[in-house]
Amino acid sequence: MVGKIKEKVTKSELNSMKYPLGCLILLFSISIDSARAETVFVTLEKDNALAVVDGESGQLLKTIKIGQRPRGIIMSKDNSALYVAVSDDNTIQVIDSNSYQVVGNLPSGEDPETFALDPAGQRLYVSNEDDNQVTVIDIQSQQAIKMISVGVEPEGIATSPDGKWVVSASETTNMVHWIDPKTLAIADNTLVDPRPRAAAFTDDSKQLWVSSEIAGTLSVIDVLTRKIIKKIGFQIPGVSQEKIQPVGIKIDKERRWGYVALGPSNRVAVINAKTFAVKDYLLVGQRVWNLEFSPHQKRLYTTNGVSNDISIIDLEKHKVTKSVGVGRYPWGVAVKP
Amino acid sequence: MRVTVKNSHSRIIMIAFVCFNWCVELAFAEPKTVSIAYLSQELEVPSALSNLDPVIQDGGIQGALLAIKDNNTTGQFTDQKFLLEEFRIPLRGDVDDVFRKIVAKGYRLVIANLTTENLRKLQALPKFDGILVFDAATRDDEFRNATCQPNLLHMQPSRAMRTDALAQYFVKKRWTTWLIVTGPEPADLLYAQAIRRSAKKFGIKIIEEKRWDHTYDARRTAQSDVPVFTQNTVDYDILMVADEKGMFGEYLAYRSWTPQLIAGTQGLVATSWHRTHEQWGAVQLQNRFREQAGRWMAEEDYGAWLAVRAIGESATRSQSVEFTKIKKFLLGKEFTLAGFKGKKLTFRSWNGQLRQPVLLAAARSLVAAPPLDGFLHPTNELDTLGYDQPESSCGSTENLTGVKPELRSGQANVESKQGFSLWWEKLKKKLQRAN
Repeated sequence: MVGKIKEKVTKSELNSMKYPLGCLILLFSISIDSARAETVFVTLEKDNALAVVDGESGQLLKTIKIGQRPRGIIMSKDNSALYVAVSDDNTIQVIDSNSYQVVGNLPSGEDPETFALDPAGQRLYVSNEDDNQVTVIDIQSQQAIKMISVGVEPEGIATSPDGKWVVSASETTNMVHWIDPKTLAIADNTLVDPRPRAAAFTDDSKQLWVSSEIAGTLSVIDVLTRKIIKKIGFQIPGVSQEKIQPVGIKIDKERRWGYVALGPSNRVAVINAKTFAVKDYLLVGQRVWNLEFSPHQKRLYTTNGVSNDISIIDLEKHKVTKSVGVGRYPWGVAVKP
Repeated sequence: MRVTVKNSHSRIIMIAFVCFNWCVELAFAEPKTVSIAYLSQELEVPSALSNLDPVIQDGGIQGALLAIKDNNTTGQFTDQKFLLEEFRIPLRGDVDDVFRKIVAKGYRLVIANLTTENLRKLQALPKFDGILVFDAATRDDEFRNATCQPNLLHMQPSRAMRTDALAQYFVKKRWTTWLIVTGPEPADLLYAQAIRRSAKKFGIKIIEEKRWDHTYDARRTAQSDVPVFTQNTVDYDILMVADEKGMFGEYLAYRSWTPQLIAGTQGLVATSWHRTHEQWGAVQLQNRFREQAGRWMAEEDYGAWLAVRAIGESATRSQSVEFTKIKKFLLGKEFTLAGFKGKKLTFRSWNGQLRQPVLLAAARSLVAAPPLDGFLHPTNELDTLGYDQPESSCGSTENLTGVKPELRSGQANVESKQGFSLWWEKLKKKLQRAN
């Protein structure tokens, strides 16, 4: 399997030689930004496309054709490029966030879905679900530098803002694997509830939040001890427990509120991040999956896979203000200031 | 005579997927081991309507092997190792002989991929009570009701669960007038019985039940025979077919008197697993299985996979490789299994049935995965499928685990107590016999 991936690495390397990333970043930094508040990018899994939405007005500006079955999406640290996992093309595309051109391919290994960027913006950590591995990519050289064996079906992946940890959650092993970015080896494991999906660190790197889709719970893990300190359950009047399947997580900078997408229950849970009490359930589109903040954390964007739209939540009032039709199977979301 | 597996001896497959280098580095001793016996039988190749689908020679075991691999991947991190040994009952062999070997070797966790007859025989053996058996194959309601045993767990949905799933879907579609066609096999009669039960439960009207016999005429002239056979003075929505071996059901489509939808054992089928199933991460299991086995995952593979994974999950969560601890966790309230069906799978405390959605699949499309929205249940919507606690004539697994059965208000309590006392009487008799 390793051999197979390495083969792909070289192929992608060849492709990307045409577009040295460094030059592009330089180019973008001198380009003039538009006057808009923020631009929201949404991957459309079934349309093989990227929807571009104006965050302030909620207008769908454009739909761009990209690779096959786009899912995970992350904005680069300098906002010049988008990294998009195009699962059926077995690569992560680098897309210029101004011209929307594909400018490179990263050797992600097979069927990339979710991935995380390290705080320095230099490495990507990619979950390879079929191979039970995490691929570590050096962005500048566009090379896979390591494959780390993890549990069965790794999915959720996150890097701690202080740069000390990379965590990978494996769906069938039901564990969070703690990878030390210095050694790129697993240092510890935490058992969590069945089918962990997403993982997110608090901004102070003291807590890790992990959602478990099948158990319908959210585990809050103390980073220092790597032990679960709180398990949060969800109950929505009139909605059966079976429908409550926590997926995407976002926690605000001050750790005042945490937001968890609850999948087919069509709600986003608002959690008091100090007391861990669930304050509210906000009704959004169908099968809400991933979440992203606006730059000043005034708004939250949600991708709703079944209703083919995104919802915009006003975070001051905790109210859903708008839903915007974007295309088939909106999966991931990234925001450019 | 053709035999599906040529090797008639119990052959031993020792699987140790744990990377030993890793163990040497991180553990002072060998990892703790959970040993599982896999019991199956040789069968004569069944006759079939066509040779389109190859006969699966390694059904069940491939699922068990994949789950062992999955368990061992997790085991790397928990210092646990899972081993599987395969035992086969020869074609004319005796269940007792093979089971004696399993017991002699000290196995207490047994995955059984057996026919109804062989499982019945296994159940009656004196040593049966000391082990925990995971029935990966049968769908008989008898094992879930009258002849249930607290140490016998069922990984496949029963016939009642299957036909209830179909009934839910057709009630939702308002296609509630059915005609039943039943084959001559005992299994077909049981399937038809399940259809009748579901029809009664969900208010479906059965206008007629016809019996398909394999006369020469019927077999040779499907084209002319089926129209006449399916003709009825009253219109009906669904032609429900009970033909578990697939000896005639496929003849019905496009040959009926009126344009007719077919469901049951052919047409829209109710199954625990299907190649069209891709939701809830199922595509990953499908891919892993195909890579290993070189074919699509069959129901018995899924059943065996679930069984071995259930053991793995209990060993991981209870942080133990001891039989009693694994069993206690498995039958306790905390146990849940992720089975790629979007819902947590748990065991029904009253009859050891694994709760699970049932897939309704057409040849190339997954149509629905009941329980469907709107079919309500006071505790768990998965219990709208099959025999619910109040209806069950089975007791509970209480005596083994010390875990109380899930009791609900009113009628449920009374009924389950009756069921429990019946089961208790049976157990007492059995114990007396054993003494």
